[in-house]
Amino acid sequence: MITLDINGKQVQTDAEPDTPLLWVLRDHLGMTGSKYGCGKALCGACTVHVNGAATRSCVLPVSAASGMKITTIEAVGDSAIGKAVQDAWVAENVPQCGYCQSGQVMSATALLTTNQKPSDADIDAAMSGNICRCATYVRIRTAIKRAAESLA
Amino acid sequence: MSTAEKDIFPQVDRRDLLKGTAALTVAFWLPAGKALANGGTGAVFEPNAFIRIGADGIVTVVSKHIEMGQGAYTGLATIVAEELDADWTKVRVEGAPADAKRYNNLNFGPMQGTGGSSSISNSFDQLRNAGAAARAMLVAAAAQKWSVPASEVSVVNGVVAHAKSNRSAGFGELAADAAKLPVPADAKPKDPSKYTLIGKNAARVDSRDKSTGKALFTQDVQLPGMLTAAVVHPPRFGARVKSFDATKAKAVKGVKSVVAFETPVRSGIAVLATDFWTAKKARDLVTVEWDESAAYRGSTTELYKEYRELAKKPGASAKKEGDPDAAFASAAEVLEATYEFPYLAHASMEPLNCVVRIGKQDCEVWNGEQFQTVDQLAVAKTVGLPPASVNIHMLYAGGSFGRRANPQADYVVEAAAIAKAAGVDVPVKMVWTREEDTRAGYYRPLYVHTLKAGLDKAGKIVAWQHRIVGQSIVAGTPFGGPGPIDATSVEGASNLPYAIPNLAVELHTTKNGVPVQWWRSVGSTHTAFSTECFLDDIARHTKQDPYALRKSLLTDKHPRHNAVLDLVAQKSGWSQARPKDEVWGLALHESFNSVVAQVVQLKRTSNGLKLAKVICAVDCGLAVNPNIVAMQMEGGIGYGLAAALTGAVTLKDGVVEQSNFDDYPVLRMNQMPAIDVHILPSTAKPTGVGEPGTPPIAPALANALALANGKPVRVLPLSAEGITLA
Ligand code: FES
Ligand code: FES
Repeated sequence: MITLDINGKQVQTDAEPDTPLLWVLRDHLGMTGSKYGCGKALCGACTVHVNGAATRSCVLPVSAASGMKITTIEAVGDSAIGKAVQDAWVAENVPQCGYCQSGQVMSATALLTTNQKPSDADIDAAMSGNICRCATYVRIRTAIKRAAESLA
Repeated sequence: MSTAEKDIFPQVDRRDLLKGTAALTVAFWLPAGKALANGGTGAVFEPNAFIRIGADGIVTVVSKHIEMGQGAYTGLATIVAEELDADWTKVRVEGAPADAKRYNNLNFGPMQGTGGSSSISNSFDQLRNAGAAARAMLVAAAAQKWSVPASEVSVVNGVVAHAKSNRSAGFGELAADAAKLPVPADAKPKDPSKYTLIGKNAARVDSRDKSTGKALFTQDVQLPGMLTAAVVHPPRFGARVKSFDATKAKAVKGVKSVVAFETPVRSGIAVLATDFWTAKKARDLVTVEWDESAAYRGSTTELYKEYRELAKKPGASAKKEGDPDAAFASAAEVLEATYEFPYLAHASMEPLNCVVRIGKQDCEVWNGEQFQTVDQLAVAKTVGLPPASVNIHMLYAGGSFGRRANPQADYVVEAAAIAKAAGVDVPVKMVWTREEDTRAGYYRPLYVHTLKAGLDKAGKIVAWQHRIVGQSIVAGTPFGGPGPIDATSVEGASNLPYAIPNLAVELHTTKNGVPVQWWRSVGSTHTAFSTECFLDDIARHTKQDPYALRKSLLTDKHPRHNAVLDLVAQKSGWSQARPKDEVWGLALHESFNSVVAQVVQLKRTSNGLKLAKVICAVDCGLAVNPNIVAMQMEGGIGYGLAAALTGAVTLKDGVVEQSNFDDYPVLRMNQMPAIDVHILPSTAKPTGVGEPGTPPIAPALANALALANGKPVRVLPLSAEGITLA
């Protein structure tokens, strides 16, 4: 049994230690908000926060996640920044197919947590690991700025 | 769900989420059509196949089309809500079950499916009439109840009212009475001048759920007893399983069974386990011996060689006007160019997957379902049940770009074949890895085009010849026509809008073992590039402005092309002096009855050329939701850019050389230009928007690059020629 700290709760899982956190979240704990897109830290669809940092859960063995504070898309809206990001996403009608957007929201929230007023270059740097095949990038950029403004 | 698992859900969302999960489990077992209703429980008024109104006043619009990102759910619901005069906040959308009678695509004939950017255009009148009839019944019910003339009853924002007697009621209060009334045959849809929702940017119905992780995709389906299947696909197209050894895989804890499967298009192995990671780990331990006697062993470099040779010979005539031979013979000058296009994978964000449960008398499918009745029929055949016994539950699709509408239902049938081979009656969720998604074929075909233009002494184009060489995406499918010409191979070339007196479009349809399929904007993915780039070649050669040349070739037979071209020129400031460090390119193309023009603005920076901005003008008829039209132009541009910059699937000795986003790179945030979209005001019927934004971007970019680098672009992707942007 591995004990995890997910969204402020202690949970136990009997998943094999090498199972990536993503699949523990999705298949063992029924939290399907974090998505599988590549399995190789190439697309960002699986992004969660580990001790506050945007982390690709598809390559993080669950054993290594034990003892860390994990936040997922299911709870990120509980924080003021996460909520502001999600509200901005809705206001700008960011999602198209939506499959990448959990990861986008997590990366954007992590960015705004450390950088209250990101420049375009900051946004490029923080968000270029998150692929959106629907190419919603224009609106992601606007929404991040809107969220930053709403938090200022 | 264990207590521990329940506990991880955050306080605020917990109840909702748990309710959602429980409802999900239950809803999934309800008959198709009732499943996954995200509102509108207890419908009491169901005037037609598209509308249900509950006692709670919730209006549920049944969408015969999939929501795969293009905003169809929102657009279709907007049309209904407009005619109903409903309160937009009380409108919900639900995917329709498979039914070729009630839910057929009016553009496709007797089949239900989504494609060709047709969701809004084929549904527009149908839903206006449906909404108008339902509204008339609510009005009649109110009139009866209040004993007042129906003509004095108004409906505004979901409130039915009689002003004189100061009475009003919500839809919910009238639903039961309305249900007892006959459906009027002559209810008139609104006059467009009265629209309050259409053309007004109604908020997307799916934004919140897709921003909070709550939207459900096939990948997210969880059902009691469900098993997850990971697959081993053949290393080459057409290879088949000869034998396999699953001893090690079966020893992995959690593995339930390992089976070989065979479908009309693919043979492979599936490992069924309690969860994906277990299945995938075990799958990696399976060893397979393949029978490759019928496998395709070609290479893309050879295909290009072969196609270039073919392009030298006349092909089947797709279009002929005037006397091209004579015109070329007497031309003062002849220009020629050859263009090459690679295979392209759709690479949707959600790798392909599908859930199937085979019961004794019935079968259920949970899927981001783009081709309902095709898939239903194919699954029925696979599992040996009548089509009516196959119930399809519609989920959101994490992109598709055409891939989920497979004429052979390849991945859906594969899931069914696996469930059948496993002999289980629990749901089986087949999940492909990104690698399998990339390598499974059904690509946009590889093409070679040659173009030839005859110019007279004054530089005027007097003859045009366009030869296209490549596989047909419809040959051998029910979509293939009888003649030698696959219209989807030449679309965009055979309907060239420019007035050229002598014109020939020819086609060589090739055959090989690489499975091919439509890909966002289909034939226009290549014809827009070759025609619009070649036109710029001519413009440069004859020292004409690209805009002026196009204008001179567009007659008043093409008012929409003229208007869109003028709009993009005006908005970009085409005729004004440009910043010294900028180079611009232009392209114009019609697809799916919409006309789009784009101007690409490249900026010279210390790191090289940067794609700074794209100005896009579109005529898509009446824009039901201008904001969604803009989103689709942005998305279409981004999708086309990814392909133009780096998109290529290559084969060597029959093996696909790409597998994931490292070797099949796609567009990222730092590469996305700013985009301005301008929609031509129109009162004409809506035309396509999901695809038409894609075709012009690659030629507009290439035309800018040709000016910047002094060398035309003839091969895609740009990376193949070593061209990169800052
Ligand atoms: S699924 Fe983790 S980065 Fe793509
Ligand atoms: S919204 Fe479709 S992949 Fe991002």
